[in-house]
Amino acid sequence: MRKVITGNHAAAYGAKLSRPGVIAAYPITPQTTVVEYIADFIADGELDCKFIKVESEHSAMSACISAQNTGVRSFTASSAHGLALMHEMLMWAAAARLPIVMVNINRAMGPPWSIWADHQDSIAQRDTGWMQIYCENNQEVLDTTIMSYRVSESSDILMPSMLTEDAFYLSHTVEPVDIPDQELVDEFLPSYEPRYKLDVDEPYGFGSLVMPDNFLEFRYLMAKAYDTAKERIVEVDREFEKTFGRSYGGLVEHYRTEDADYLLVASGTNSSTTREVVDQLRNEGEKVGMARVRVFRPFPVDDVRALAKGVKAIGVIDRTYTYGAFGPFYTEILAALYGQEERPLLKNYLVGIGGRDVRPRDIRDVYKNLVKVSREGLDEEMTWHGLVGPGGDA
Amino acid sequence: MIEIRFHGRGGQGAVIASRLLAEAAFIEGKDVQAFPFFGVERRGAPVTAFTKVDDRPIRVKSMIYEPDYVIVLDTALLEYINVGEGLKDDGRILINAPAAMAAEYKKKLGATVDVVDGTGIALEHGLGSRESPIVNTSMVGAFAKTGVVSIESVAEAVKRQVKRKVEPNIQAARDAFDMVEMEVAE
Repeated sequence: MRKVITGNHAAAYGAKLSRPGVIAAYPITPQTTVVEYIADFIADGELDCKFIKVESEHSAMSACISAQNTGVRSFTASSAHGLALMHEMLMWAAAARLPIVMVNINRAMGPPWSIWADHQDSIAQRDTGWMQIYCENNQEVLDTTIMSYRVSESSDILMPSMLTEDAFYLSHTVEPVDIPDQELVDEFLPSYEPRYKLDVDEPYGFGSLVMPDNFLEFRYLMAKAYDTAKERIVEVDREFEKTFGRSYGGLVEHYRTEDADYLLVASGTNSSTTREVVDQLRNEGEKVGMARVRVFRPFPVDDVRALAKGVKAIGVIDRTYTYGAFGPFYTEILAALYGQEERPLLKNYLVGIGGRDVRPRDIRDVYKNLVKVSREGLDEEMTWHGLVGPGGDA
Repeated sequence: MIEIRFHGRGGQGAVIASRLLAEAAFIEGKDVQAFPFFGVERRGAPVTAFTKVDDRPIRVKSMIYEPDYVIVLDTALLEYINVGEGLKDDGRILINAPAAMAAEYKKKLGATVDVVDGTGIALEHGLGSRESPIVNTSMVGAFAKTGVVSIESVAEAVKRQVKRKVEPNIQAARDAFDMVEMEVAE
């Protein structure tokens, strides 16, 4: 069934179709409607699930952790300051190997207060151990919620997943979305049957102290799980296509990258607008393509290295800035390419920070500048696109 | 792509209007996008909302800067918002106003202007109050006269999206469709 719905509604449908036993969430703009839609589903008897009301996001994640520890699939959603308040428990969920799935609505961190799109909130949780998938449209939000449970719950992975939607550009924008049949989702996503859980009949200890002669190995096992996840995300994406007819390119989606001299790297909704601009430029005879880095953790190092082959220059578009360094996607790509024999020119563009509207002409400007620096040499390593006032053009 | 911008005030239903129009176009097999200007919602404050309609997938995620159509739910906005900003040369503005006002607004805005008494129609069908009429279904019904969507699709969209007073809303849309007089573009 196709319906015209917002990204937040799509997230709620994704959660509902995945049949979680527990949902705990605390409302925050622009995530609030996810919680409202889920409350509707439960009130209307469409979703058989315990919704735990909590007094904070820290408690929301704690409730999900507890549920998941008892072998119950859980779901939550948050944004910005709410996500930041979860930080400690995000770490716990990942290292306790609890395959929780959450949707984060990407919003700028204050001050100054902003409720608009920016990737700083989730990027700041980069090192918590959660997989991170940046979605481009509402359909992908729904589909990725279901896929994420499949990946996360794999017995050789057992790591939580955070998928993201750009504030307002997805969360409050309606688009046609196909809502898959429950029976198909049930076939694709079997019920959650963890090998280890809190069970009085079969007791195990969880989260205990380990001495220095064991801790290293716990971290090593997480690293191995992340390696497996890189393959599994691609496999699950392919399987999803077989059942539902849609796929998202696994870790990195290539768009018209064949024979491209120039590559634009984008994530989230910026990639949607970039897709349109790439088509326009191709029609004008420009040899340009886009690589959408969909998965930020685990970072697709091999894919990025493969992409760089035969390319003159890569422009990395980031929707946030990490204080004192560069855009986060740029930093990762830069690191991945160091030591490679073939290293194209690389430049970072900060575009759409704090919800600044990103128009096709902005992406065209990025492309024009990339071609220019490719010919004339780098002017600066990172450009704050659209800067006005002090230090800017106007 | 056809791009439509709505101007209203909080409480008049501009955001729902943008979604109704998207739903109507979706019913006709189009790809659609609708969203409010990403602001902070307050009752009475100016609200802008957008609808995009296309035969092929819509990928540009930005707001609308050069609309094909503008729909104004409240004439009070004309005093302090340039509703015609960026309007394409062959664009049209549909205003919620009595028929007698058409010439004045056309002169003021320097564009092709159509008017329909959305407030009168809404009140006749018991939608909102005199102080706060809910004119969204009337205005979307009148907009169907452009042919971007059919009035039958608008009626179906209202059925799908509106939860209360469904029949009065459909009737308001139909009345507005019948009453609006579209100026023939020069």
